[in-house]
Amino acid sequence: MSKTFSIGGIHPNDSKFSKDVSIVDLPVPERVFLPMNQHLGIPAAPVVKKGDTVLVGQVVAEAAGFVSAPIHASVSGTVTDVGLYPDFQGKRVQTVVIETEGDDWLDTIDRTAQVKQEITMVPKDTFQKIQEMGVVGLGGAAFPTYVKLTPIEGMNPEFLIINGSECEPFLTSDYRLMLEHGQELMIGAELMRRVLGTGVTGVIGIEKNKPLAIKAMQKITAGYLQWKVVPLKKRYPQGGEKQLIDAVLGRKVASFALPISTGAIVQNVGTAFAVYEAVQKNKPLVTNVLTVTGSDPKIQYNYRFRIGTPIEDVLKTAGALDAEGNLLPHIAKVVNGGPMMGKAVVNMKAPVVKSTSGLLLLTEKETKRLEPGECIRCAKCFQACPMRLQPYLLYQLALAGRTEELDEYRVFDCIDCGSCLYACPAHLPLLDLIRLAKNTSLKNIRKK
Amino acid sequence: MDKLLVSPAPHIHTKESTKGIMLDVIIALVPAVLVSLYLAGISAFLVLAVSVTGCVLIEHLIAKYLMKKETTVRDLSAVVTGLLLALNLPVSAPWWMVLIGCVVAIGIAKMTFGGLGHNLFNPALVARVFLLVSFPVQMTNWALSNGMFSPENPLIPGFLLGVQGQLPDALSGATPLGLVKEGISLGLTPQALINQEGLTYGKLFLGHMSGSMGEASGVALLIGFVYLLVRKVIKPIIPIAILVTVALFSGILYWVNPAQFADPLFHLLTGGLLIGAFFMATDYVTSPMSPLGMIIFGVGIGVVTVIIRVWGAYPEGMSFAILFMNAWVPLINKIKPFPYQKEVSRG
Amino acid sequence: MISTLLYTVLILSLLGGLLAVVLYVVAQKFNVQEDPRIDEVLEVLPGANCGGCGYAGCRAFVEAFVNNPERTDLFCPVGGNKAMQMAAMVLGRDTLEQAPKVAVVRCNGSCQVRPQLNVYDGSPSCAVVADLYGGETACSFGCLGLGDCVQSCAFDALTIDPETCLPVVDEDKCTSCGACVKACPRGIIEIRPKGPKNRRIFVSCMNKDKGALTRKACPVGCIGCGLCVKACPFDAITITNNLAYIDPDACRLCRKCVAVCPTHSILEINFPPKKQEVVHE
Repeated sequence: MSKTFSIGGIHPNDSKFSKDVSIVDLPVPERVFLPMNQHLGIPAAPVVKKGDTVLVGQVVAEAAGFVSAPIHASVSGTVTDVGLYPDFQGKRVQTVVIETEGDDWLDTIDRTAQVKQEITMVPKDTFQKIQEMGVVGLGGAAFPTYVKLTPIEGMNPEFLIINGSECEPFLTSDYRLMLEHGQELMIGAELMRRVLGTGVTGVIGIEKNKPLAIKAMQKITAGYLQWKVVPLKKRYPQGGEKQLIDAVLGRKVASFALPISTGAIVQNVGTAFAVYEAVQKNKPLVTNVLTVTGSDPKIQYNYRFRIGTPIEDVLKTAGALDAEGNLLPHIAKVVNGGPMMGKAVVNMKAPVVKSTSGLLLLTEKETKRLEPGECIRCAKCFQACPMRLQPYLLYQLALAGRTEELDEYRVFDCIDCGSCLYACPAHLPLLDLIRLAKNTSLKNIRKK
Repeated sequence: MDKLLVSPAPHIHTKESTKGIMLDVIIALVPAVLVSLYLAGISAFLVLAVSVTGCVLIEHLIAKYLMKKETTVRDLSAVVTGLLLALNLPVSAPWWMVLIGCVVAIGIAKMTFGGLGHNLFNPALVARVFLLVSFPVQMTNWALSNGMFSPENPLIPGFLLGVQGQLPDALSGATPLGLVKEGISLGLTPQALINQEGLTYGKLFLGHMSGSMGEASGVALLIGFVYLLVRKVIKPIIPIAILVTVALFSGILYWVNPAQFADPLFHLLTGGLLIGAFFMATDYVTSPMSPLGMIIFGVGIGVVTVIIRVWGAYPEGMSFAILFMNAWVPLINKIKPFPYQKEVSRG
Repeated sequence: MISTLLYTVLILSLLGGLLAVVLYVVAQKFNVQEDPRIDEVLEVLPGANCGGCGYAGCRAFVEAFVNNPERTDLFCPVGGNKAMQMAAMVLGRDTLEQAPKVAVVRCNGSCQVRPQLNVYDGSPSCAVVADLYGGETACSFGCLGLGDCVQSCAFDALTIDPETCLPVVDEDKCTSCGACVKACPRGIIEIRPKGPKNRRIFVSCMNKDKGALTRKACPVGCIGCGLCVKACPFDAITITNNLAYIDPDACRLCRKCVAVCPTHSILEINFPPKKQEVVHE
């Protein structure tokens, strides 16, 4: 019996079509858009103005608070505008626009492909480097990495869990990273482990549908005494922070508590790789890896992209646009991220950002919602919920607007994983309303 | 698509549907239907056909003309109700009785509450109990005959003319449970009665035709149940809870006084216990949703069934027990599941 | 036989007596003394339980009204002045008259004029859309057209016009309870004075984008050009965040702003059609 989390979960189709496609570099775009809210927390503050010339890796925005992260230029060229631009959902965000000229990098950045094995930097400097280089969690939430590594009074880290589960269907960028850059991300992980303390045990959790990655990482961790690979049974949402801690350690995070309260800190494999680049190569977070995929066998790729590349440009390279720049007719929806938690793209001129893990192209048949029917109380949503909530009940309460009861039934525990809506045979829009109710509930609780 | 689709996450959905689930239940009932066809031939077919068409038609008419909404028969739930109702009737039931059953099941027990998903009680069972209380003689006098495929099947004229099939005495009789109950009241021991009637467990399990159609064969019901489990349509909690409870409860009684109480295996294999446990008590709409609730529900059914069988006025108590526990379901559903992690710390 | 009868009668009588005592004790213990005037006032109010007064229900409102004679702000919007006068009469005090109000929809971007850019495929709820993204059009301030306001209205006063996809207020049914104002996630609906002869003028737009952006998203949006401010002889119009607002208390319904608005985003309601202007040569 291999490990997995103890409550709920679903088994959607894997659909990892692009898993055997190597990562290739996307061409440098003509223009990048760097939104200031690429991380959770306070948006960064721009330090460049219209007309400035910048090199790749140069800071264009500083962190504007404790939970914030700086943003670096991902191309070299001229800043053509600093202003409000609609993001991929059409919401207006402060954005720095850079028109590309050449590809000149700051000369402090080591751009060689050689793996720099030996760790020379002391933990304190490592921590500072991670902060300076704008590294954020690349698993989806984009929480500034250094904040997670900051010690909290009374909570001792015991485990650093590297999340290689990639439980979202379709996405393969983490998998490719583990296969192609296993050594590097291992060094990044070790760097973070040293920041947390020498007594911390390192664990890499990988789902069993990725046997090659498990083998590769096991081979690499053989050289690291404090590290081991834990194969996990395939199940969604294994990559959820709470679920992963439960799966690996059998510990559960309480409502409103930080994961560190269980002694565990979770970082994504992508983040580990970014830490490696930041610390060993002195390279800020200006590139990341994303998957462009869908059921169309002609459009299945893994790309290393410059942060701020317009979605249009990525899709064009992938061949998802026709000659006039319109989406191919069979694609009905573009999702930023995975199919379970990703967000639908409205504005294709908006950029892919630090935490973008994939662009998913779905056909109408795959994604269109079916006409909702009556709840037959099959309890499949209840069985699917990894937080042991009763989605059918929360949905009814949310429809009726019974806020107090929603709290009583712990709507605030919802992690937005989408399992309930996925599992409902009556096709009820459970999560739509529960998510809304949860946000209201959290707002009310914070007010108190 | 010239315009992008936009919706909140998730963007993919299960391929399951209400209709698919109902289809699975229908498939699971096929073995039981086949056994009843084998044992009772054309008369079983007539009851099944009238029941299913009746239920579907009534649901369609009510939805369209009374509730003035789109017809709901496409979700196949009426077919399931029709099948279950037929399997809960004796083969000797005349056509009007089957139709009354349909009206009660769909019209009263299901659509009055608002249709699929809203009914409090299992429709087929409400109909069965309604008929049992209204026509006790017809509902408890069962045909015992084999090989009813010939056109001279003695039950067909009865079915069509609307009177109880006129059977020679040798062909009709009481159910095993009824026999035992009557025998005990006459001072006989259950064991002696069972031996006297030649009711071996093998016969009870494989198929006998003294009872309603669906009660005939335990093995056919078990096949259907396993199919439902494999397809993950139902969880085994409720059936297991019922069977274990009945076995334990009747076992204790048997252990206390074998002369007065029948043994547990006899209880498990006779009457509507298996069809009830596998197909009626596991009905989504009228059973609890949490595992703990399912256990409470199953144990409750088991206890009430044995109590009615042993001390009640009727020889069989399964349908009453399920309906009784159906009424508790809204209350049982109020039991909150254990929270993911209890302590609320806001660190 | 006789003894069975006797026992039955005896036990039932005893049981009856016992329960009567229990009932009496409970009734005494949990008896709540209440101001009888509360019920009297409740009688004269419409009793819609809509929450428009700001209280949880009619009873809570009446309790506050009866117990706080000094508060003149308490007003039942559904019953209006008439009901409040009657309520005051019951209590033998005066009440302030308030101008009758009505809900107005401050979005003019019907689906005929506002270009649709994408197709929403989630729950039919404005709140869900507003939480998710900017909406089906480029205007992230305008009406979403899914009818959360219609759902919230207890008086059937709101309907979505299938042609314009915008909510329409039925003036006669609207009680200005304000439920729709709370329900609209975009804050489009405003409760405004009904105005003399039910005539009123307001800016039917909530778009706070810069003029160029607004114009791109919707041809009838307020672009914040300020022509109305200059045209207004009573200083009733202010522009904040590229959006004009007409103060209903200062507005004298001269209709000068309506005439100058280049995007026709200022609406006049219940005015007679303008007389043909005589052109002097």
